[in-house]
Amino acid sequence: MNGVKVTSNKYFLPWLLLLALILLATMPIYTKPFIVILFISIFMYIILGISWNTFCGTTNYISLATAAFFGVGVYTSAILQTLSLPVVILIAGLLSFVLGLLIGVITLRIRGMYFCICTFGLSELFRHTMMWYEVNITGTVGRWLPLLSYETVYYYLLGILFVTLLAAYFLRRSKYWFALQSIGQDEEAAAHIGINVNAVKIITFAITCFFMGAAGAVMATRWSYIDPDLAFNPFVTFFTIMMVLTGGMGSTIYGPILGATVLTALSDTVLAEFPRQTMLLFGIILIVVIMFLPNGLMGLIRRGIDRVAARGSP
Amino acid sequence: MIVTFLDIVIAGLITGAIYALVAIGLNLQWGVTRVLNMSHGEFIMFGAFGAFFLYTLFGISPLISLVICAPFLFIIGVLFHRVFFQHLLKSAESMAAFEISSLLLAYGLMFVLSNLAAWSWGSTQNVYSYLADPVNMFGAIFAVNRLVSLAVAVVICLIVYLFLARTRMGKAIRATAQDISSAQLVGVNVYRMLGICFGLGALLAGFAGALLSMMFPVTPFMGLSYLVITFIVVVLGGLGNIVGSLIGGFVLGFVGSIVTYFEPGLGMVSFYVIFVLILLVRPTGILGK
Repeated sequence: MNGVKVTSNKYFLPWLLLLALILLATMPIYTKPFIVILFISIFMYIILGISWNTFCGTTNYISLATAAFFGVGVYTSAILQTLSLPVVILIAGLLSFVLGLLIGVITLRIRGMYFCICTFGLSELFRHTMMWYEVNITGTVGRWLPLLSYETVYYYLLGILFVTLLAAYFLRRSKYWFALQSIGQDEEAAAHIGINVNAVKIITFAITCFFMGAAGAVMATRWSYIDPDLAFNPFVTFFTIMMVLTGGMGSTIYGPILGATVLTALSDTVLAEFPRQTMLLFGIILIVVIMFLPNGLMGLIRRGIDRVAARGSP
Repeated sequence: MIVTFLDIVIAGLITGAIYALVAIGLNLQWGVTRVLNMSHGEFIMFGAFGAFFLYTLFGISPLISLVICAPFLFIIGVLFHRVFFQHLLKSAESMAAFEISSLLLAYGLMFVLSNLAAWSWGSTQNVYSYLADPVNMFGAIFAVNRLVSLAVAVVICLIVYLFLARTRMGKAIRATAQDISSAQLVGVNVYRMLGICFGLGALLAGFAGALLSMMFPVTPFMGLSYLVITFIVVVLGGLGNIVGSLIGGFVLGFVGSIVTYFEPGLGMVSFYVIFVLILLVRPTGILGK
């Protein structure tokens, strides 16, 4: 009985996701522009959230550099704006990938909080360096980009989201998923059973950075004007982490999707009403979630399902 | 030439002493309570605003406001530890899990505190002038307040060191830092020590903020840039090593003042180069075990 339930669950959810993707792909045809624009931010944070959670949620190495890799994508897009967008997205992703590889090689071999500290300053470092470069080398701060229509941005982000989901899905079915999880539970034990822990950590981190950079490249065309302060905004890191934790760090894919959807919609309304208190409110949400809801909304939903299931069975 | 040299050395000493002060505070929090306190910079900001308001509203000297603000900062720190981190510590499955959840909570706290300050005091740059008369030291010209803050910072660092090395409570704190459960076995009130350490860390950051407010503009978001540097100082000096933090602070102060003298935009880059080098060569820090 139990076995049947598990298999049906396993096959049911991917189909549900496919249905959702078809619905989303046709959405600009029958909904109002502002909903499409809202979904652009939701997609952006789902991509960032799944990328963050795939590495940090499993291995327990906390990265605070989402904004840095996202910003690298944004700046690549601004500098290479003469090339066609798919090429730019690829280059931006690869650049973030290489940077992630570099950061990983330096800090992921060492245990402890060093990775966290190194990533924490990274977006500040990039912001300072870019500012110095713009002031001293190019002479002008800030760049303009040709504005793309919101539908184009929407479809590009949906495409990247689809690839991210696909990558996360296949990762979960591969043996690397077990390697990542055993690293998160006990790294020493993982090394003893023959997992090349450093290689797995570094490669996974770099791959998740690829998607962050790609998302940044698309978002740059949505903003049309960027400067170092906008591109390497620490709030992007904060929002990503808050959304993943609110959704549930334990569920790699559904947690970020749920968290990003709920909180982006919330931030849209709150930002319009109380622009100055938004960050304050979101900080409080993060603290409350960590203290009282360690498994996030998904944990709450799971507990609810378990309770219903327990009541249903005799 | 000699004047340039003096300029760089004295500027390095001053920023180094401030970095050391903040880093010793962070080291007490991180090394003893295991909370990587992302909101440490916000306590610098609170200290700076405290000194700024006491000076502009009541004309109280920032050096006296150090003493006035101290108990408040300490109590806020102890309360934060009791309300947030003690709760997490008791419910955490392991020390590693606690390190992650406390880090993320402190990260949230950082945004809450800085935005709370921006909301209540505005995000303009607040400047006041206190002891700003220039003094000529062998040809290099400095404001008196910079030299005063250097002296005060060094004295506070020494007091903290003596407190940890010579007093009974300092011994209890060191025992707690080494092993919480063993410290508990020999009769140390561990949770009290953890709270005191967190409060002391907040206090030292606030002191640094009050000293900084004499020299630099006070803003709600001033903490962030110091926080990154403080982390690097603590790693450089070795986690849990107070003398290491003192040396690390001066090293970063000197490097920063040399680099910013020649190329003002690249200070941050030079700190990161040091950070990466220390991680590659000696991740336990220059004085670490």
